[in-house]
Amino acid sequence: MYAQQVDTGSKSLKTLDEMGPEERHFQEKVNAETKIEPKNWMPDGYRKTLIRQISQHAHSEIVGMLPEGNWLTRAPSLKRKLQLMAKIQDEAGHGLYLYSAMETLGADRDEEIEKLHRGEVKFSSIFTYPTLSWADMGAIGWLVDGAAIVNQVPLQRCSYGPYARAMIRVCKEESFHQRQGYEVLLTMMREGTDEQKEMVQDAINRFWWPSLMMFGPSDDNSPNSAQSMAWKIKRHSNDELRQRFLDQTVPQLEFLGCTAPDPDLKWNEDTGHYDFGAIDWQEFFDVLKGHSPTGIERIQQRKSAIDEGRWVRDAAVAYAEKQKASAA
Amino acid sequence: MNALTQYLLRLADTDMVLAQRLCEWCGKAPALEEEVAMMNVGLDLLGQARNWYDYAAELLDDGRDADQLAFRRNEREYRNLLLAEYPRGDYAVTTAKQFFFDVWHHRVLTRLSGSSDERIAGLAAKGLKEASYHRRRSTEWMLRLGQGTEESHRRLADAVQNLWRFTYELTDTDAVEDELAEAGIGAGNVGDAWRAEVSRVLEQAGLDVPEPARHFYLDGKNGKHTEQLGFLLAEMQYLPRAYPDATW
Repeated sequence: MYAQQVDTGSKSLKTLDEMGPEERHFQEKVNAETKIEPKNWMPDGYRKTLIRQISQHAHSEIVGMLPEGNWLTRAPSLKRKLQLMAKIQDEAGHGLYLYSAMETLGADRDEEIEKLHRGEVKFSSIFTYPTLSWADMGAIGWLVDGAAIVNQVPLQRCSYGPYARAMIRVCKEESFHQRQGYEVLLTMMREGTDEQKEMVQDAINRFWWPSLMMFGPSDDNSPNSAQSMAWKIKRHSNDELRQRFLDQTVPQLEFLGCTAPDPDLKWNEDTGHYDFGAIDWQEFFDVLKGHSPTGIERIQQRKSAIDEGRWVRDAAVAYAEKQKASAA
Repeated sequence: MNALTQYLLRLADTDMVLAQRLCEWCGKAPALEEEVAMMNVGLDLLGQARNWYDYAAELLDDGRDADQLAFRRNEREYRNLLLAEYPRGDYAVTTAKQFFFDVWHHRVLTRLSGSSDERIAGLAAKGLKEASYHRRRSTEWMLRLGQGTEESHRRLADAVQNLWRFTYELTDTDAVEDELAEAGIGAGNVGDAWRAEVSRVLEQAGLDVPEPARHFYLDGKNGKHTEQLGFLLAEMQYLPRAYPDATW
């Protein structure tokens, strides 16, 4: 998933007794796993939290096209070019139906996009990293889409119906992307030259830690999690999901014949999980604040696409109005 | 190289180069819906290119496969229509370019789906479904931009004027095309149908229909291109050229 540090606006959880009748009814529905639909009453905080989360998620799908677009015109074979085009097309589609899900909450797509371009809202930290070789296309598919899936699978059971249903389709397509990404790397490791193998290891070295950061701050530094969990927007803690991702990824890393840039990574018999080294949270918070390798360029590119396309959208609107007028 | 192989490479290279230009739009489209649509058209064209390359590679039978034909030939060997290599420009340029091509492509694939060469007929029939959608889409955009606002009208008029000079390749045929048409294999000349349909849409869009374009020195079908193609290929072929022994 591509939403990090979503502010719920709430400092402490209310008990059912502290809630008014509407809110209590809402919370009881959530507790009973009944989906909340657009026309149902919902607390303001719930609505705002979802708008923040879904818009951040949608923005990330769209900004996430750019690091891949960086290699699209240089894809090395017909098959790889077709795969990457299809993946990017899927991402644009994910963005579209996430924005639609968000609009069911009363938010406006264009307004939310403007907020992104003004730097008022975020997109996932992972997409501020540059893609420096073709192997990055494999690493993104495998690690980034892989981390996204671990985060998004529980969102298929999110209490808000439209978001949960959007996630079902998104997850299906992303599993496909993840397998393709892994296959890109596996082909280079198994059939490639020494230079290609170095490219793969270098891509993993650069994307390893940023992928682990995708799950957001550690639990003791995640002030919004409790409310999101009570609303069943979120089902598992950041650290829990990070561990799940790591446990499934390390065997794949070994099968690839590559290593992680983490000397502390090792299997722990007692816990049944992999132990790993300390994450550089300073880097994560710097990136979120905009002190990032390509964050500025990503937003500039999105902004100029929308700005330069204004005359096209205006023409489409003017034409539609003329058609309507002549039909009337 | 025999006429059929040349003909297949022309079809393949044109699809390939157009798809590459559409890839350049990634993340830069005027709306999200257009990101999806342009990538969709690009995917169709690239898929068709691959099919034509596969067939050409079989006929050539010199050890090269579809990838080598796409990624290891230089600009003098590329046989795409000049229109395809024209830089993507603004959305009006891309719209006019796709439209001119789509009308031609649709006519050509319609005829090729009745080719006496069964392989060609099958691939063309499959491609025709895609090309029909492309033609409908670009026709709609021609009308939107032509009749939309003053600015969109002006931009589209400029685009048509700039691109028109390359359209003789869509209306004229050369010896290779004539030979294959006589043999019942190629599409032959679709110039009259192309001119009629394009004129109708231009008029509907409120644009002047220029005098027919005439051949002038350049000849994309036989490898004599504009200066633009070299740069396009340099970018597109970078990895296979830089790592000739690599497997991707």
